[in-house]
Amino acid sequence: MRVLAISGSLRSGSHNTALVRAAAEHAPAGVELVLWDGLKAIPPYDADDDAEQAPAAVTALRSAVAEANAVLFATPEYNHSLPGALKNALDWVSRPIATNPLRNKPVAVVGASTGIFGAVWAQAELRKVLSALGARVLDRELAVGQAAARIVDGSVADQEVVAKLSAVVAELAAAVDARDEAIAAAAA
Amino acid sequence: MSTSTIAAPPGTWTLDEVHSSIAFQVPYLAGAFNGTFREFAGTLDVTDDGAALTGTAKVASVDVKDNNLSAHLQSPDFFDAESHPELSFSSERIALDGESVRVTGEITIKGVTRPIVATGAAHGPVPNLQGNDSLRLQLTTTVDRTEFGVSWNAELPGGGKALSDDVTILAELYFVKET
Repeated sequence: MRVLAISGSLRSGSHNTALVRAAAEHAPAGVELVLWDGLKAIPPYDADDDAEQAPAAVTALRSAVAEANAVLFATPEYNHSLPGALKNALDWVSRPIATNPLRNKPVAVVGASTGIFGAVWAQAELRKVLSALGARVLDRELAVGQAAARIVDGSVADQEVVAKLSAVVAELAAAVDARDEAIAAAAA
Repeated sequence: MSTSTIAAPPGTWTLDEVHSSIAFQVPYLAGAFNGTFREFAGTLDVTDDGAALTGTAKVASVDVKDNNLSAHLQSPDFFDAESHPELSFSSERIALDGESVRVTGEITIKGVTRPIVATGAAHGPVPNLQGNDSLRLQLTTTVDRTEFGVSWNAELPGGGKALSDDVTILAELYFVKET
């Protein structure tokens, strides 16, 4: 099973990128996490640029999402919301809405912040956006607060956070299985 | 109130899809979203003991006047068409009082089955242009969509919810008796 992992942060020392790296290193058996690092190359959304041939960076992102069974997002919180760059990338992925590759796809959201709340508002907003795209959004939350103390030198030092990340990915894998079963039952 | 089974000759009556419609209405603010299902099927089986109405509608055929909303309605936030491609209805009892009709039965939406009562009017039977008996049922019922897990909503900036939980289903059913 293939899970695409998307960090909403561009910063080289990002706590959220460290979260997806840790999730990849500690993925349950049978689950491969693929880290996507193309966020900075996504241009501002413009429907005119999406008319015939979308920009190559966008096509690559849409393909990466389409080829994954599920997507894990780790988002920082900017001004009580998700980063503009991440929202912009999702706006590209969402078009056209009826056939966008996130539609029906199981997705999970985690987040880290240096404050005590762990990007809970950004996570909530990201879940709302993903629901609007038609994704199957896991209810489970993972808010990693005081990230500077828990993520050291780009590595998640807090083993409780590592265990919770693994549990999120396991739940994502279970959602993929449940989706496959539901599709088979609906077709029967 | 005196009731009787539907006053139609025994036999199988098939829903004429072209002249029938299955619509729904969801209040929001001071208005209402209106939608229809383009694809559906139904049968009215009449025997000497009574009548049974059954039908299905395809979720993928939901039609509203906004493509973004049509796509959203297919998603897990609403009907989850991928997992639950059909809605279905099956009657338990059809009672007539003059032209008034009251149908009790079960409706299944998003995999959840619940009892409902639909009321309305029955007209006919009368011969159609091909000489086959035809009859018309107009039925209305209201369901709480959240009881079926069709739960999406959003807080409005000024307070209150974007969409009503109550949805009115309006079925205009035109049946032709199989010969």
